[in-house]
Amino acid sequence: MTALSGHGVVLDGIAGENTWRLEDYLKRGGYAALKKIIAEQIPPENIIAEVKKSALRGRGGAGFPTGLKWSFMPRAFPGAKYICCNSDEGEPGTFKDRDIIRYNPHALIEGMIIAGYAMGCGTGYNYIHGEIFAEYERFEAALAEAREANLLGSNILGSAFSFELHAHHGYGAYICGEETALLESLEGKKGQPRFKPPFPASFGLYGKPTTINNTETFASIPYIIREGGEAFLNLGKPNNGGTKLFSVSGHVNRPGNYEIPLGTPFSELLELAGGMRGGRKLKAVIPGGSSAPVLPASIMMDLTMDYDAIAKAGSMLGSGAVIVMDETTCMVRALERLSYFYFEESCGQCTPCREGTGWLYRMVHRIEHGEGRAEDLEMLTGVSDNIMGRTICALGDAAAMPVKSFVKHFGDEFAYHIQHKCCLVPHEVQREGSKIYVEHAC
Amino acid sequence: MLEIEIDGAKLEVPDGSTVMDAANRAGTFIPHFCYHKKLSIAANCRMCLVEVEKAPKPLPACATPVTNGMKVSTHSNKAVNAQKGVMEFLLINHPLDCPICDQGGECQLQDLAVGYGGGASRYKEEKRVVVNKNLGPLISTDMTRCIHCTRCVRFGQEVAGIMELGVGNRGEHSEIMSFVGRTVDSELSGNMIDLCPVGALTSKPFRFSARTWELSRRKSVSPHDSLGANLIVQVKHDEVKRVLPLENEAVNECWISDKDRFSYEALRSPERLTTPRIKQGGVWRDVDWQTALEYAASSLKGVAADHGASQIGALLSPHSTLEELYLAQKLVHGVGSDNVDFRLRQSDFSLDGKRAGAPWLGLPVAELSNQDAVLVVGSFLRKDHPLLAQRLRRAASQGCDVMRLHVSADDLLMTLAQDVIVAPSELVRSLAAIVKAAAQIAGAEVSASVADVLAAVTADEQAEAIARALSEGEKAAVLLGNFVAQHPNAASLELLAAELARLTQASVGVIGEAANSVGGYIAGALPQGQGANAAAMVAAPLKSYLLLGVEPELDCADGLAARKAVQSAASVIYLGSFASDSIAEIADVMLPVSPFAETSGSYVNAEGRVQSFHAVTKPLGDSRPAWKVLRVLANLLQLDGFEFDSSEAVRAAVLAQGEVAAKLSNVAEGAVARLDAAPAGLQRVADVPIHFADALVRRAPALQATRDGKAPDLRANSALLAELGLQAGDAVRVRSSSGDAALVARADDSVPAGCVRVAAAHASTVALGSLHGTLTVERA
Repeated sequence: MTALSGHGVVLDGIAGENTWRLEDYLKRGGYAALKKIIAEQIPPENIIAEVKKSALRGRGGAGFPTGLKWSFMPRAFPGAKYICCNSDEGEPGTFKDRDIIRYNPHALIEGMIIAGYAMGCGTGYNYIHGEIFAEYERFEAALAEAREANLLGSNILGSAFSFELHAHHGYGAYICGEETALLESLEGKKGQPRFKPPFPASFGLYGKPTTINNTETFASIPYIIREGGEAFLNLGKPNNGGTKLFSVSGHVNRPGNYEIPLGTPFSELLELAGGMRGGRKLKAVIPGGSSAPVLPASIMMDLTMDYDAIAKAGSMLGSGAVIVMDETTCMVRALERLSYFYFEESCGQCTPCREGTGWLYRMVHRIEHGEGRAEDLEMLTGVSDNIMGRTICALGDAAAMPVKSFVKHFGDEFAYHIQHKCCLVPHEVQREGSKIYVEHAC
Repeated sequence: MLEIEIDGAKLEVPDGSTVMDAANRAGTFIPHFCYHKKLSIAANCRMCLVEVEKAPKPLPACATPVTNGMKVSTHSNKAVNAQKGVMEFLLINHPLDCPICDQGGECQLQDLAVGYGGGASRYKEEKRVVVNKNLGPLISTDMTRCIHCTRCVRFGQEVAGIMELGVGNRGEHSEIMSFVGRTVDSELSGNMIDLCPVGALTSKPFRFSARTWELSRRKSVSPHDSLGANLIVQVKHDEVKRVLPLENEAVNECWISDKDRFSYEALRSPERLTTPRIKQGGVWRDVDWQTALEYAASSLKGVAADHGASQIGALLSPHSTLEELYLAQKLVHGVGSDNVDFRLRQSDFSLDGKRAGAPWLGLPVAELSNQDAVLVVGSFLRKDHPLLAQRLRRAASQGCDVMRLHVSADDLLMTLAQDVIVAPSELVRSLAAIVKAAAQIAGAEVSASVADVLAAVTADEQAEAIARALSEGEKAAVLLGNFVAQHPNAASLELLAAELARLTQASVGVIGEAANSVGGYIAGALPQGQGANAAAMVAAPLKSYLLLGVEPELDCADGLAARKAVQSAASVIYLGSFASDSIAEIADVMLPVSPFAETSGSYVNAEGRVQSFHAVTKPLGDSRPAWKVLRVLANLLQLDGFEFDSSEAVRAAVLAQGEVAAKLSNVAEGAVARLDAAPAGLQRVADVPIHFADALVRRAPALQATRDGKAPDLRANSALLAELGLQAGDAVRVRSSSGDAALVARADDSVPAGCVRVAAAHASTVALGSLHGTLTVERA
């Protein structure tokens, strides 16, 4: 089990064996929010207002204000409307939604029921990443418990409100985490993004208005309704309400998920994760999942972990996946690994991403393997620029941003590689740091 | 209306327009690959990226809706940089070997690369190679050239109605492919070749035979079905190399069927007749035109003198031009006979003399896409009229209730609101039931012509649903297909359809079997007075026949009887483009006349549109345009009124008799409908397969190699096969009252109970005789 530290919202009170069971969740005050809504017949617009007040921002990566997104759903639309939960967590470094489903699935279920109530949707789907199996089964079991307790299904808790929630197990394609690709996949088609507009709020699942939120976003809702938007906002800082789960991985002593208030200094998070492994020096951090630009240690140590501060520093909070790299890391090799991921996961639908991700990977691969050319550095940036902002979905940007930022902050390592056909960080140092075999020697 | 500024020019566009629509309207070209006006928007090639004021990123013009006051720059630095960036990506994995690519010279990628590509590539990595696919005999592949625009995929899904190509794999490994091991069999598949912006999909028959700049583009009209698709025929060294669609929104839009596209191969068939021939003492001799024409004239004169002119008859192909049909009937009437007909596959002529005009579609072709409800009666629509089916498919997808009453549940690849499949003998009864339901809904008196029939039938729920949909549709049509035209009780079906249309305020139309099914009426190529129609000329053999483009055993309602009748004649004058063994056996003189590409003339399509065309090449060998041959033959017969020196003059003479539109009518009076008795035994359901329907297409090798070009088999539903003790794949002997044929049995649950489907117009089934009647089947 990865280290897990919950205080605040999504992992609040998680301890012991059966935290995923309904009984345990009820003990922790679970479903109180739903019961309150049903008992007091709170009007849906008040719930949306509360969510807006909380300054909750989408936890999947884009950080879009959740309350605003919910208000886009056409209120008077005749016929079906849907909500979808995006649990297709596939970004390297990100493993928070997996733990929410594993340890606190009822918070997600309750959040989705409340969302369904607020937006007038009768049906919801949770799209679960294809490479996690036990979690999918656990979520199904939690759904069964909720149905059994009449928290889900027809006439919830004896009210006139009905809501059905289905789990869908994907096949593990990263692209299906893109919300419109998720919808396509959910419809049984090849998972590839749709062109927007139209946005899902007007033309979503099966062509009906649909709202898609991340697992953590939904799981934050019960707290907001129970304790009030104000209370949630006050956990974090203005415009960055609440707590956030950070998946800390890489060269730290205790990698794992840490829920901390937004606005906490990075140094504190690093401390929580047990500090740098072997007491080595921090070299770089990718603060928001593999698609976020990398930041060097000097910038990182002065940052607070919230949307606005990280954006100002030139990166993104993203999904909150913090990849920590110490001084034994070869940045060219690190980028090669990342570029390969995007090359492999591009859906191939639109030209810049289909052709560009392979080009980028091949160039980085060449540089890493001692076949770099002088013009490569400039080409890496140029090709990245030709991908960025020109694709149907954000995967193109996600592939380009790491390349640009690695070259920007660690250009000297690339230049060294090209010139000396060899890593700037000696292989024995890399080997010592990563404990992984580094196959070639210079 | 929305106001938009494109490159500084202001214009107004309708709500819902995209930036691409607006640019087209403004006459501004935005480079693109995946965008096509007839297909859905994919926005995947990214070539049409333009700069939009206030948008942080360049936006694809094809998919960006215009908003009021939008300002777009298509040539700004930002836009051009984006376009050049995309072009570079498109080219990195594309082979840069245009000189050996069949698309070279007519390639969108090549053209745009001139404007947006670099002089040299920065890409130094290995290029992608994609394995070619076998998509069948019509489409050739070079999949490494594919740029993944998905036009071919969308065409299949949206226009052809069947997704035969899709994108397999992912990312850089994405490939256009068919389903494992399948070929592309759609009757509209050739359009994918036109749509492909690169050399990935090219024409297999045309491949590497000419360069586009060596070809002249000449306009023509398809000689096949009653749509009259407009063609561009491409010619090199006086030989037709390729046929492409000529865009005409009112007729074929920008599509043509594979039959229209690939039948040109038959123009150089080894069976082409290129010299006049006469048979003397059972031996064929090539002769000069003078000899042949004199021979023909004297034999006609001889028969008239010996047996009377009424022993002369003419069977004319409905694929002949208006001018040819006119001159042929005029010639026959000139020698004193009234026996002339072009309706070769019809067997019910009881409405002759009672019609108010030429049966026609009843509405403009383009209107088909806008109907609210359409009932198609007796039509193998997809194969008989591929592009009309395409129009109805689009209508169906937009909410039109397309309904069918037919003798076989062939997949039309569209959603049918109602589908009634019955045996041929039940067709009249089923249509009557619908009429009865319509009368009940309308609460109206029924016409005397159908009153007796209606009294004898009851309307079931399905009949009522069809009648209701037709009544409720603001625009509704009842269309009669080829199977109705060929039905032994066609008159009753026509009368009932007319009554149905009257009761439901729908239009009624006859789709028409051939390119000149309307034109034949306009040309007057019909029996007059006591003259014999096509069936009568076969039933009571004459002493002399003039055949214009007709192969009796394949083109007539009862091919076997037709062949026997013609064979028994003392003199048979054949004017045609092909000399088959069968023709050689039955004819006495063969006059080589030019097929559509080598002559000028006109076709009148189903909606009554007169479409004239010029010859695109010189006649092959000594063949000559039939209008000239008929004119000279008439001169030799000393007939008056043949002083034409051009086909245009002939056409003018035909059309001088009055407006075509005024001669179109589906009204027939004075006839009474009757029900068919159900025969004992297995009823034959005979279709005329798409690639056997006329002399030209029968000789097009690539089409014959397609799935649609397969020799007929015996098809019955699985229950019947089991009842007969047969299994799919068994060799069977099929017998009719006139003969027998050896076929292979195949299970096909689209065939109704008590029926077997055996296609006509093929040598293997000629011996079965009539298109109708009963058959027996036993294991061979």
